[in-house]
Amino acid sequence: MAYAQANDTAHHDDHHDQPATGIKRWLFATNHKDIGTMYLVFSLIMFFIGGAMAMVIRAELFQPGLQLVDPVLFNQLTTNHALVMIFGAVMPAFVGLANWMIPMQIGAPDMALPRMNNFSFWILPFAFTLLLSTFLVPGGAAAGGWTLYPPLSLQTGDSFPMLIFAIHMMGISSIMGAINVIVTIMNMRAPGMNLLRMPLFTWSWLITAYLLIAVMPVLAGAVTMLLTDHFFGTSFFNAAGGGDPIMFEHIFWFFGHPEVYIMVLPAFGIISEILPTFSRKPLFGATSMIYAIASIAFLSFIVWGHHMFVDGMPLAAQLFYMMSTMLIAVPTGVKVFNWTATMWRGSLSFEPPMLFALAFLFLFSIGGFSGLMLAIVPADFQYNQTYFVVAHFHYVLVPGAIFGIMAGVYYWLPKWTGHMYNMTLAKAHFWLSAIFVNVLFFPQHFLGLAGMPRRIPDYAVQFTDWNMVSSIGGFFFGASQILFAIVVVQCARGGKKATSIVWEGTHPTGLEWTLPSPAPYHSFSTAPEIP
Amino acid sequence: MAQAHADADKYYIPHSSPWPIYGSITLFTLMSGAIATLDGWLPAYALIPGFVMLALLFVFWFHTVIAENQAGIYNMAVDRSFRMGMMWFIFSEVMFFAAFFGALFYARNFSVPWLAGDGVKIFSKLLLWNNYDGVWPTNGPGVVGGKADGTFEIVPALGLPALNTAILLTSSVTVTIAHHALLTGHRGRLKIFLALTFLLGFTFVGFQAFEYHEAYTELGLRLGTGIYGSTFFMLTGFHGMHVTVGAIMLTVIWFRVMKGHFTPKRHFGFEAVAWYWHFVDVVWLGLFTFVYWL
Amino acid sequence: MGGRRTGGRRTGAWTRAFCLAALSVVAGAHANTSNGYNLPLGVTGLSRDIYALHMEVFWICVAIAVGVFGVMIYALVKFRHSQGAVPDTTLVHSTKVEIIWTVIPVIILVAMAIPAAKVILMMEDTRNSELSIRVTAYQWKWQYQYMDAAEGVNFFSTLARDSNFARQLRSGIDPKSVENYLLDVDHPMVIPSGTKVRLLLTSEDVIHAWWVPDFGAKRAAVPGFVNELWFKVDPGKEGIYRGQCTSLCGRDHGFMPIVVDVRTPDDFKKWVDEQKAAVKQAAAHAAAPPPTAQVLSTATN
Ligand code: HEA
Ligand code: HEA
Ligand code: CUA
Ligand SMILES: [Cu+2]
Repeated sequence: MAYAQANDTAHHDDHHDQPATGIKRWLFATNHKDIGTMYLVFSLIMFFIGGAMAMVIRAELFQPGLQLVDPVLFNQLTTNHALVMIFGAVMPAFVGLANWMIPMQIGAPDMALPRMNNFSFWILPFAFTLLLSTFLVPGGAAAGGWTLYPPLSLQTGDSFPMLIFAIHMMGISSIMGAINVIVTIMNMRAPGMNLLRMPLFTWSWLITAYLLIAVMPVLAGAVTMLLTDHFFGTSFFNAAGGGDPIMFEHIFWFFGHPEVYIMVLPAFGIISEILPTFSRKPLFGATSMIYAIASIAFLSFIVWGHHMFVDGMPLAAQLFYMMSTMLIAVPTGVKVFNWTATMWRGSLSFEPPMLFALAFLFLFSIGGFSGLMLAIVPADFQYNQTYFVVAHFHYVLVPGAIFGIMAGVYYWLPKWTGHMYNMTLAKAHFWLSAIFVNVLFFPQHFLGLAGMPRRIPDYAVQFTDWNMVSSIGGFFFGASQILFAIVVVQCARGGKKATSIVWEGTHPTGLEWTLPSPAPYHSFSTAPEIP
Repeated sequence: MAQAHADADKYYIPHSSPWPIYGSITLFTLMSGAIATLDGWLPAYALIPGFVMLALLFVFWFHTVIAENQAGIYNMAVDRSFRMGMMWFIFSEVMFFAAFFGALFYARNFSVPWLAGDGVKIFSKLLLWNNYDGVWPTNGPGVVGGKADGTFEIVPALGLPALNTAILLTSSVTVTIAHHALLTGHRGRLKIFLALTFLLGFTFVGFQAFEYHEAYTELGLRLGTGIYGSTFFMLTGFHGMHVTVGAIMLTVIWFRVMKGHFTPKRHFGFEAVAWYWHFVDVVWLGLFTFVYWL
Repeated sequence: MGGRRTGGRRTGAWTRAFCLAALSVVAGAHANTSNGYNLPLGVTGLSRDIYALHMEVFWICVAIAVGVFGVMIYALVKFRHSQGAVPDTTLVHSTKVEIIWTVIPVIILVAMAIPAAKVILMMEDTRNSELSIRVTAYQWKWQYQYMDAAEGVNFFSTLARDSNFARQLRSGIDPKSVENYLLDVDHPMVIPSGTKVRLLLTSEDVIHAWWVPDFGAKRAAVPGFVNELWFKVDPGKEGIYRGQCTSLCGRDHGFMPIVVDVRTPDDFKKWVDEQKAAVKQAAAHAAAPPPTAQVLSTATN
């Protein structure tokens, strides 16, 4: 039956230019825009869930003493906050943007492998159902940190295999998503769209996709070893059997470090699209921007040891990882300088996407600087596992990755919906976010330096002040994100008509702006002319 | 059967498809079954629904794709997408194996020597594992697993493993001959050599199973036999699983050949499986060298 | 109350935080403590080296940030569309400046890496240590087993009782009323000043990490392996120094502090002798255990 039906649909394909109706449109989707939308909506929901966990964390840390949650629940929340934000919010958001924009930017009708595209999306809701339901099983959710270090992570209760399999599913989803991006870019470009002409967002995603394919399987391997150590008596991470708990850290961070660039390279791409548009001037040094991304990606494979300096590492390894890590500042610097040069002698206006891009520029750099400080081995012996690290990575992840995503959404939203959004509300969202993200995370530098370890539910009283400041910043930052949801929903429902170029008076480049707004269901049924 | 025809400049986009969501539910069912089994909530039959659904998933999905392909809906661009997709999928598999090879290298070059007091970790031996000499193969200073006295033997490289190497290498040759026959239109030769390939594949798996049986019953070599057993069984086990899957795929392809599928110019399915088979072969060479031999 | 400052000095944290210029001065004045927003200068040569590196890298980053952000802000002000700025669309590439801003960072980085490498070499040099202590971590306590001259001294160190009561969920006890809340233990580790002390760290269960900021000393305790760590507290800096476990180790990770009582070598010797005498006595008692022995030993654990 089902089979006949599938063939039936194949039969009709040539004359279907309208989306299917009802729930089937989403369940059986093969259209890159529908799938992109699902990814983005899913990501927003996960951002709110992960954020809600963070709010509980910040509420507990508002003052010393335990008021709200017991230490075990606190650790569960920390662990799952990170997993949800990384695998549920940031990565799917980028895949959603890739789905929407890559075919439009390279002049393709759709993604190369549409069925697999749908598959990779629909795995996610199931994976996160599994992950979030761990809170309900005996022993509670995983509480060993998102880094899952054994032997601690092996002490997880019944939720242990749920955690492992949820991660496997996320990995399968990411790998399929990445394969799709690579194949689309390599095979679906319109004639004349050679690689060096490709927009920077597409470029950044191409490299990100390679990173994903290279490291997600390694994560799968690592968690598989955890699983067999837990259930089948293997000794990978057990010294008595000849293994080593630190071996897990090596395998994990071989994945984990490239993973952090997976979470920021597409944002780099987005910023490289937005700055030229609102500076009314082409991107400065576009080619070196591409080389810079590629160098960052390459270096990201040889720096993982910087997460493990204190865990007992031979001297030579410490020196090697320190220097390779520091080197990443060079290509990243090239990017920052080129962005600055893009604005130089430009003609700047400050629409919401530009505002977020600018905040990204400043605040990501701050996160990068603290990253550089962390790379200095002796200093890292003091910083490691303190709030200084927490401050570092939230600076690169929240005003970095998240602001990058928001900049992208504000940039392309009118193209997707066909409506302009409420600029005043969006600007309010920006200012509140940009101010409170600093109130939230800047004091965490002080806390870390003053000696507050991370991953603790309660702290010595001398840390009270900065924690209060941070929590207050957190509550306001979180509440401000409600504005984002409002702007997006309003825009989806209606508003002033957007023109095809959307940002009248500026000079957005890229094929997506040659399509009407909203973009037609099938982006480029016939390949566009590339000038 | 659908009658649409390949339109050289139309890239085929299926309009809608139930298989992906069905696939996601399958994965979820499979994983739930595994969880319920591992946690002891349900006996192992909890796995059955997932596996049945998985088998059906492959049947349905591939059936659809094969039918579309046979109907000539796919142009060369679609074909190219499939090939690239397969290549990168294989690359991701390589990285999966790399994680386990990495574990093996780490154990042999770092953790075991360290436990035996090598270099900066001299105190690991002095304080914790006084009598440990760290000679590979090892089940660790805690003598984990093995026979009753904690010892175990390993599978010598020159016995079955060498034979299995020969088998896999031969199968790699036969599949190449089959490919050649397909390209030059020698269908008879194609059928024979393809059949030979999967027969060799299943023979390999058979020998491997025999070897495992020996290891478990005679040699004291089990999954739980310290780091040696862990790396040995995880590497050879995942490889064996891939050989099994590969051999099944070759069989499916053989049936398709018998039905007259594939032309000298268009045979993505065949090529994908052949690539996969070569990949399995190369992994084996790594295994033979680093697990059995050195 | 020697070393680390306790609570109560929080008023004015805001103002102090922004007096960055006075930073090193403040840190100097309160040697061996953190001022609440920066690393402590500490009481070992190592911690001071680290502090110096930290400040050096920090100021370099500040300088770069001032430069880069300065240019950005200038551009934001100067090249505004609303002020009629006209874009110079020919400014799209310049190999010369791109080489400059690749090479200069490389030079800066090398300049940072060299002093850092020197400190690493020193940190890793555990030779010639005069006192070794085997430190074993458990969920959630520390065990200190002395070696060398203090061989035989061996005890556990856990969160002090006051803190332990106050830290229970909704205990109703104000943490501020507890002295050294969460940073106090029943039996501190005692070491002599002016002596190169080496810790041999291991764990019985999961990974923990031993950290005393004022010593600039942190290292993981990994089950099945021994990591080494050393420090030498300056003579004259005797006192109490506090730290915490810094590797997530489960439920009570936040509640396994470290307290080190640094004494003069003479006082340390006295302490060791007392401990040894106590051990002997306990052994004698163990021969004929009093009915409460068990209760006693669990209480001291
Ligand atoms: C998007 C995510 C992201 C990004 C982009 C980065 C970027 C960097 N990170 Fe970060 N990092 C994380 C996410 C990220 N990190 C996370 C999540 C963790 C913690 C994981 C955990 O433990 O849970 C972490 C932890 C972490 C550590 C381990 C700390 C510890 O646990 O002890 C280190 C150590 O070296 C480090 C270093 C760096 C460096 C050097 C960069 C560099 O790429 C930064 C480069 C950028 C700049 C330097 C700024 C711009 C450059 C210029 C303006 C040019 C001129 C500058 C100079 C010459 C200085 N990071
Ligand atoms: C992309 C990744 C990402 C993102 C976006 C965030 C976002 C945030 N993170 Fe987190 N975080 C991590 C990745 C991320 N984090 C990682 C990897 C760790 C380490 C985990 C580990 O140690 O293992 C961590 C750990 C971590 C800690 C340390 C916990 C500990 O060590 O004990 C803290 C504490 O403050 C924190 C806070 C926050 C806050 C306040 C936000 C905010 O930006 C969130 C803002 C969003 C919302 C709040 C949601 C939207 C709004 C609503 C839901 C409306 C309702 C809200 C109100 C009415 C107020 N995070
Ligand atoms: Cu012990 Cu954390
Ligand atoms: Cu990293």
